[in-house]
Amino acid sequence: MARLGIAGGMIVALAVPYLIRSDFWLGFLITVLLFAAMGMAWNVLGGYAGQFSFGHAAFFGTGAYASAILHIGFGLNPWLGLAAAAVAGGLVGLVIGTLSFRYGLRGSYFALITLAFAEVLRILANTAEFTGGGVGLYVPLKVGVANLQFESKLGYYYVALGFTVLSLGVGWALERSRLGARLMAIRENEDAARALGVDTFMCKLQAIVISGALTGLGGAFYTQYYLYIDPGIAYGPGVSVEILLVPIIGGLGTVFGPLLGSAVLHGAGELARRLVGDAPGLSLIFYGALLVIMVRFLPEGLMGLVWRLSRRRERAANA
Amino acid sequence: MLEVSGLTKRFGGLLAVADVSLRVPEGGIVALVGPNGAGKTTLFAMVSGFIAPDSGSVAFAGEEITGLPPHLICAKGLVRTFQVVQPFGRLSVCENIAVGAHLHLAGRKEALERAREVAEKVGMGPLLDRRAQALTVAGRKRLELARALATAPRLLLLDEVMAGLNPTEMGAMIDVVKAIRDMGVTVFLIEHVMQAVASLAERVYVLNQGRLIADGAPGEIARTPAVIEAYLGHGAAARMVAQAVEASR
Repeated sequence: MARLGIAGGMIVALAVPYLIRSDFWLGFLITVLLFAAMGMAWNVLGGYAGQFSFGHAAFFGTGAYASAILHIGFGLNPWLGLAAAAVAGGLVGLVIGTLSFRYGLRGSYFALITLAFAEVLRILANTAEFTGGGVGLYVPLKVGVANLQFESKLGYYYVALGFTVLSLGVGWALERSRLGARLMAIRENEDAARALGVDTFMCKLQAIVISGALTGLGGAFYTQYYLYIDPGIAYGPGVSVEILLVPIIGGLGTVFGPLLGSAVLHGAGELARRLVGDAPGLSLIFYGALLVIMVRFLPEGLMGLVWRLSRRRERAANA
Repeated sequence: MLEVSGLTKRFGGLLAVADVSLRVPEGGIVALVGPNGAGKTTLFAMVSGFIAPDSGSVAFAGEEITGLPPHLICAKGLVRTFQVVQPFGRLSVCENIAVGAHLHLAGRKEALERAREVAEKVGMGPLLDRRAQALTVAGRKRLELARALATAPRLLLLDEVMAGLNPTEMGAMIDVVKAIRDMGVTVFLIEHVMQAVASLAERVYVLNQGRLIADGAPGEIARTPAVIEAYLGHGAAARMVAQAVEASR
């Protein structure tokens, strides 16, 4: 049943660009997919392992800059740039993870340290020469599949879809692995996990590296999609918040939560823009309000709501 | 199996455990008793690697393990349970136990399979899909035991598994602990309930204010003056002897 649903969903996802032929809506779907994939990346660390990061921009920005700099400065093919961005994101994860988990930072302290890392990187990117400083970097326009630049949004849509499938696939595999079981144990009770032979430091480190690598990949995709990156976009708190909202809305520690969350978040965001218009900073207010509502009324996210409703229906059917 | 020598831990000015030496022979059940605050749990925490001792050493199966982190000690076959139960609340009973089973089994399927077997052994078979936070106190105590057991330990440290159980549940738990011993697992337990200690332990160590004050068979230590004083207050042993003499007159 679930497999049938996934197969059906895939067919629809592949066919969608031929059904809706609107550049605007295709762009909307690309954003949804990109943030679904990065939301799952955050979910690996935040949802499964329970380590809430408020600074995933550190990985996103590093991936974005890594592919841009390697392409502009060293002529690296952008497809290879994706891999390089994943490696760069994973390395940043390794550094942040080693420093914070080694010293036992948890909960809000971990959230703050990740936020601080992202801010430090933003300031560095603003002042450094090779990142183009505050002006940012422009990726030269050279349209071609080999160059990971497409004439229409269609190509970007399929790349984003592939990224989302990869990311959700990682989550799916994690749920069925020893590492996943250990991460959930750490989330629920770290001391009990240690008593049962779980090397909590190594497990959390693996989680943050996987999370960082996938988010870095998202950053590289962003660079190729917009062909421009600056410190505010790459390392700003906006990206961090958007990435963490996606799984919180959709459902922490679930495979399809991020996809659902991203669709709802960006759908509601688009609606708000149409109703109120687009003023700078408005989206952050909107995100903040949404976060408060979710944490207060639906801490298990929309997937939790779906699960509860289906249970109720089951019980009603049994009665 | 376990050899503790000269173990000492200070918390600021408080001497929590002072120069404690004891032995747990392979295949048996040994109990550690003592009034509240005697240092029993601190001693367990040092043996299992959760707290580093200030001095002294812990040897497990002839190998020095002092100061190793808990997960490495667990991997060697020494596992503890917690006095205050620590379930993985939002995971099912089966998933809880599987975390322990994963110590030696990498595959998810194998670990879940093993978890079901262990649950069966401790009488949790019907509760497999229940969320851990929905269990009763007795259920959580069993879960704590089952998870530890799933790591296939050689020595099990049980911290007050009887606390909070009613007499029926306690009887069942005593049977479970005996069954674990019969599987070849050595058991070292902290216990307040003397009835449980008497029916389980072959040897009892008594800790008071961080120091060992007596050891021996359960029947013996209950008559030791130092033990009576530790539980009932200074001079209690003398008063009891006086009363006994009075009564026999």
